[in-house]
Amino acid sequence: MEQLDLRQWEARCIEEKQPWCIAACPLHVDGRALCAKAAAQDWAGAWQVLLRTMPLTAVLGRICDAPCRDQCKRGEVGDPIAIHLLERACVSHPRPRRKPAPVPNKPKSLAVVGSGLAGLTAAGDLLRKGYQVTLYEPGAALAQGLREHYAGQVPDQAWDEELELLNKLGLKVKAEAPVDDPGILDDLLDNHDGVFLSVDVLDPEAWPLERGEDGRPVTARPVQATAREGVFAGGLAWPEGFSPVWAAAQGRWGAASLDRLMQGVAPGMSRENDGPQETRLFTSLEGVESLPMVPAGPEGYGDEAAATEAARCLQCHCLECVKVCPYLENFGAYPKKYAREIYNNQSIVMGARQANKLINSCSLCGLCEAVCPEDFAMQDLCLATRQGMVAKGKMPPSAHEFALLDMRFSLGQEFRLAKHQPGHAASAYLFYPGCQLPASAPGQVRAVYEHLCASLPGGVGLMLACCGAPAYWGGQEAMLAEALAAWKEDWQALGSPPLIMACPSCVDVFRRHLPEVEQRFLWEVLAETGAPMQAPPAGALAMHDPCTTRHDKAAQQAVRGVVGKAGVELEELKLGRELTECCGYGGLMSTANPPLAREVITRRAGQSERDYLAYCAVCRDRLASVGKRALHALDLFFPPQGEDDPAARPNPGWSQRRENRARLKAGLLRDLWGEEAPAMEAHRQVKLIIPPEVAPLLEERRILIEDIQKVIFEAEAQGDKLCHPESGHFLASYQPYKAVFWVEYTPEGEGYRVHNAYAHRMQVKGRARP
Amino acid sequence: MSMNTDNIRPGDLEWTCCKCGGKLEPAPVVVEYLGNEFTAELPRCPRCGLVLISEELALGKMAEVEQILEDK
Ligand code: SF4
Ligand code: SF4
Ligand code: SF4
Ligand SMILES: [Zn+2]
Repeated sequence: MEQLDLRQWEARCIEEKQPWCIAACPLHVDGRALCAKAAAQDWAGAWQVLLRTMPLTAVLGRICDAPCRDQCKRGEVGDPIAIHLLERACVSHPRPRRKPAPVPNKPKSLAVVGSGLAGLTAAGDLLRKGYQVTLYEPGAALAQGLREHYAGQVPDQAWDEELELLNKLGLKVKAEAPVDDPGILDDLLDNHDGVFLSVDVLDPEAWPLERGEDGRPVTARPVQATAREGVFAGGLAWPEGFSPVWAAAQGRWGAASLDRLMQGVAPGMSRENDGPQETRLFTSLEGVESLPMVPAGPEGYGDEAAATEAARCLQCHCLECVKVCPYLENFGAYPKKYAREIYNNQSIVMGARQANKLINSCSLCGLCEAVCPEDFAMQDLCLATRQGMVAKGKMPPSAHEFALLDMRFSLGQEFRLAKHQPGHAASAYLFYPGCQLPASAPGQVRAVYEHLCASLPGGVGLMLACCGAPAYWGGQEAMLAEALAAWKEDWQALGSPPLIMACPSCVDVFRRHLPEVEQRFLWEVLAETGAPMQAPPAGALAMHDPCTTRHDKAAQQAVRGVVGKAGVELEELKLGRELTECCGYGGLMSTANPPLAREVITRRAGQSERDYLAYCAVCRDRLASVGKRALHALDLFFPPQGEDDPAARPNPGWSQRRENRARLKAGLLRDLWGEEAPAMEAHRQVKLIIPPEVAPLLEERRILIEDIQKVIFEAEAQGDKLCHPESGHFLASYQPYKAVFWVEYTPEGEGYRVHNAYAHRMQVKGRARP
Repeated sequence: MSMNTDNIRPGDLEWTCCKCGGKLEPAPVVVEYLGNEFTAELPRCPRCGLVLISEELALGKMAEVEQILEDK
């Protein structure tokens, strides 16, 4: 990912955009944080929020005219939040004491003329930046006019407090200054490095400056420059049309311009964040109840009422994707932050790549993109990053290896098969069940195949292999190309017949990578061949669409059509069809992050009380793995042999999934084609006794029966094993591929009882040289 | 990253080598992952060279070190 890409990714996620209250406030007071503190009655915290952005806080907090209110999102579902009344409730509590941060003095002297809200704000801001500030006030004392005007709202004590703060910061005051003198501006510029005019309280006529149509010195916000160099002005005409918060804001912007000028920077540089803004934030109002404003008395709100009003705040955020994706939630942030973390991860030269887990845990299901108002596709970001890691040799080997080995198994001789229908020299169709349906329900695959052979003319070939999905999800482009090439070779050898596909993941992978292959979804074919219902369910079923059908309405519809026609009542989950959720297997989430994948499927299973109906074998088995009753849609028409209650059948587990595939191939070869399956390798003959307490351990540690057979076979053949004199157990290890497996066992009858097994990846090289 | 101390529990030395019947003894052994080598004190048959990696070590400290090296 290049720098530019990162920016584009970051810019796409609008979660960090301002909520409407902050964006609309001329000072960008954080209304959202204020509401959060007020709702918790944390008044010291609320003060801190205001102090960050609101000048003359004790005063302005009581008189702000809240132009932000019209924009408040709450206004779309009830009345907008009365932020000004919350500010008032806050500042009627004592101001928390805080030590003023020491600022280095700057050797520049600035003049502020007039103690209006603009002038006082500008003076305060400039003093805090370390400038020498002199305030020229025509009256006898500061802010006299304002004090009188707001006598009912702002107590004297609040004014005293604010003016005392300015005093402490070192404000010099020249009272009864002759501000109407024609030569005053020249004098000021002779004695100071810059000037700010608080035109909210001054007579604009008195100033020898170019005028705008309103008679005031021309200023354009937010630079607030006048025609005279070094002179800035702010504050709207007063009293008519006067807005306290706008006046203060113009003082702040004028001060910022002076500060830039003093530092030799153009005052107009990077000012785009000053003043009210449009915001691109999105906040969902779904399910939000409309609520009216809490009524206020003449004195505003008491604490309780303020807290109640503040609690109406929606705490505006986007987080649409995080709300529906446990993976995004799990890593504690949101895509904009993740894009940065992923970018940093890639640029690391030395040190830990902390985002590896983040990159490898996404199920690539695309739900985030489907719900995001800006179409942020976390799956594209994660997949591209994985491909880059693989290419650079930086993919942690343990992340996806287990699934890649399983893929290799499906592409190997124990499973791979490509044949015309017995008695046919050509195939009008080719049934392709994928690898996981055979792994889950081999008998069903055979039954479906026999049904297709009996129903379709011209010969239905059969192909067993893997579509390469694990390689695709793992970012293993070379491995994927190899798998697809092998697949294509088998397919072409059969005359490139159109496919009948049972697995939605295979459909997705072939559409992306083998678009030249003509394919139909099994359920579209079954709609035509009319497979009769064999095992009606006890009641309505909740429909679970696999995430790989997200954009495949036809597939979703085909299954519903066949099942509905058979009379099964279906309940639609809230997150179904194009908003469906992954089962935790997609993107190899369950290989890279098993606990997260478990959480994902547990949450999914909890969305309905009913038995689920899936049409991906992995989805069904993963639902079953957390104890959820679930059927594969094929169970209704081709019920698995020997199961009275197919919805209750457990997830077969890793070893059985391999066994099922190998047996399916061997059985079909023998029964349909009259051929012998290739002989099993010698270690596969080793008989094992696996006690019930050991089986789940093997499953969790992803140790296959075959791995154990290899260890014991080698240990018994070579004699390389340890023994425990007390228990009589043997302990041996073997490294069939990148992992080293250890098995603790004892011979029993013709076989071996397995007591324990574990694995690691580090290799023993031998004794260190002394 | 320390792989060199504390890898041996008393129980580990109860295992014997089946080849020669000898007792395992702590010995410095080189272990390697992703091109990184360490020396660790591990139970080993002094005659045949068989080394024991206990379950506790494999799933504990060793797994941790593997993770760190994978993320390097
Ligand atoms: S609901 Fe709250 S966060 Fe949203 S705009 Fe209104 S005050 Fe701001
Ligand atoms: S692709 Fe799926 S798992 Fe990945 S972030 Fe998006 S919604 Fe979450
Ligand atoms: S849905 Fe997610 S990715 Fe999209 S803007 Fe909102 S927080 Fe960002
Ligand atoms: Zn020995």
